[in-house]
Amino acid sequence: MRICVVGCGAVGSLFAANLSLLEDVEAWAFDLNELHVAAIRRDGLRLSGGGDVVGHPRATSDAAELPSCDFGIVATKAMHTEPAIAATAHAFADGCVATVQNGLGNEETLARHVERVIRGTTFPAGKLLEPGHVQWDVKGETTFGPYDARTPLVEVERLADACTRAGMPAAAVEDARGPQWRKVIFNASTNPIGALTGLTHGRVCERPDLRALVSGLVGEGKAVAAAHGIVLDADPEDLIDHAAKPEVAYDHKASMLQDVEARRPTEIDFLNGGIVRFGRELGVPAPLNEAIWALVKGVEAAWTQS
Amino acid sequence: MTRIVVAGAGAIGSLLAAHLARVAEVTVLTRRGEHAAALREQGLRVSGRADLTAELDATDDPAALPEAELVILACKGTDLEPLAARLEGRLAGATVMTIQNGLGAEEVVAAHGSWPLLSAVTFMSGTRHGDAHVEYVLDTATWIGPYRETTEADARRVAELLESAGLKAEAFRDLRPAQWSKLVFNATVNGVAALTGLSHDFHFAETERPSDLGHLVRDLVDEGKAVAAAAGIDLHDDPWEMNVLATRRGHRHFPSMLEDVEARRPTELESINGSLVREARRLGVPTPLQTAVYRLVKAREASYSE
Repeated sequence: MRICVVGCGAVGSLFAANLSLLEDVEAWAFDLNELHVAAIRRDGLRLSGGGDVVGHPRATSDAAELPSCDFGIVATKAMHTEPAIAATAHAFADGCVATVQNGLGNEETLARHVERVIRGTTFPAGKLLEPGHVQWDVKGETTFGPYDARTPLVEVERLADACTRAGMPAAAVEDARGPQWRKVIFNASTNPIGALTGLTHGRVCERPDLRALVSGLVGEGKAVAAAHGIVLDADPEDLIDHAAKPEVAYDHKASMLQDVEARRPTEIDFLNGGIVRFGRELGVPAPLNEAIWALVKGVEAAWTQS
Repeated sequence: MTRIVVAGAGAIGSLLAAHLARVAEVTVLTRRGEHAAALREQGLRVSGRADLTAELDATDDPAALPEAELVILACKGTDLEPLAARLEGRLAGATVMTIQNGLGAEEVVAAHGSWPLLSAVTFMSGTRHGDAHVEYVLDTATWIGPYRETTEADARRVAELLESAGLKAEAFRDLRPAQWSKLVFNATVNGVAALTGLSHDFHFAETERPSDLGHLVRDLVDEGKAVAAAAGIDLHDDPWEMNVLATRRGHRHFPSMLEDVEARRPTELESINGSLVREARRLGVPTPLQTAVYRLVKAREASYSE
């Protein structure tokens, strides 16, 4: 079985390194970061923390080198989905492509380029320490499901099984929208609040007025999900309160706050923007998400204001 | 010659004092002794829209103030209460004029003395370049109206005095419609600027794409207009049109709330957005977006200690 990870940042590297350890899998790592690719080719792909692993995926920055694959796992930032799949789609003409990205709309983008798409939501996280070396911070589950009827569930199960055997526990389900929307609502309701205020997750949650704003965002997200017939697999409110505990993620600076501090483009279009778009499709208003979307876009615009 | 005390020598106080010194005897009350000394020794220089150096008297001691006909309280809203307390029992023959942003400045001053009171709002702006130098950035008008034991004629006399000093001014029979126009404008533009880091430019009027900031600005203005209507105020200017006009002036304006947030100073949030949100609650008008902006800026201030 040949699996290519498209976009080998932290999360993509976790998949690529672990999958490369399986005897029945030929793992490929596609990434535009040539230093990272060169390091993987030279020394392998090293993970530390959640597991100490050195994997040896075949790595390239040249999409033309990719052979025909059974599976793709797209792990780029959401704003890079379109160019990433446009460059690599030829390798997946006979395979299935899964997304393990944040936000809403990635599956739709993939489906414009490939026939069989797998919806995925993943919780493992880490950070790129240096080329070829990733810190594995968070272990967690991945859920995969067919995007539409063109993707056979048996293929989804084959990918989930490979990931699980590789140490990345994954489940295959008929409808993977529940976990996806749970994560999206969680992220859309907390990340931008951290980004706009500069507060850690715990400090956002301990301010009753701000926690109420978070709940307002969650409520809109749930209403949009419900209108689409999506059953959340857990209440995002519970996850938010759980993460606010001192021993969990009280001091965690949301990735969007880190992005804003480093003046990197955020995934806001695919989080709050995604909730607004899916809401509009069915006439469900999401005014708070819309406001937050506009404010974070404003933050990004300020970086280039002349 | 008229004797005037200008209390508070930030950008607005400095602009008023320097211009008025052309037509009146001006004494500036400062908080810091060295600020008063700099003004006495160097005079007060104005650059930008005007080019002059005013000779004036200055002190940091309220007991040293001469009797005056007019006292202009030109400090920020956050400093008004202690300033009014310092003036209690003094300047018995003076008419006192407030010029703070937001609502409620007159009541704060009224509680500290029985002076006849005028209200003013100003659209001028400036940037301080040290204790004895202010740059005159926007030469827009100051609006004046009666508040307590004063008449429209009193307001007109002060407006004429400002005009004779080279500033723009207009008298009103009832200032509240103008004050509320500015309140809604400031609560919207200052809040959005503080959260995004954008100076007040074309982004605030852009409505082309769904995530453009103009939608949020217009929705915030609409909430403010609903509160004004419930308060029985017939707005003098449409705050959305004020916004559009201001973004077409062709140069950058940094709302004070943005400057305060960037310098990690307390902002005028309470007297501007806070008073609007409180009025809305009192009148039973829902303002979910303005409430969100208020909470986010409040939290941003709390993040200074992070």
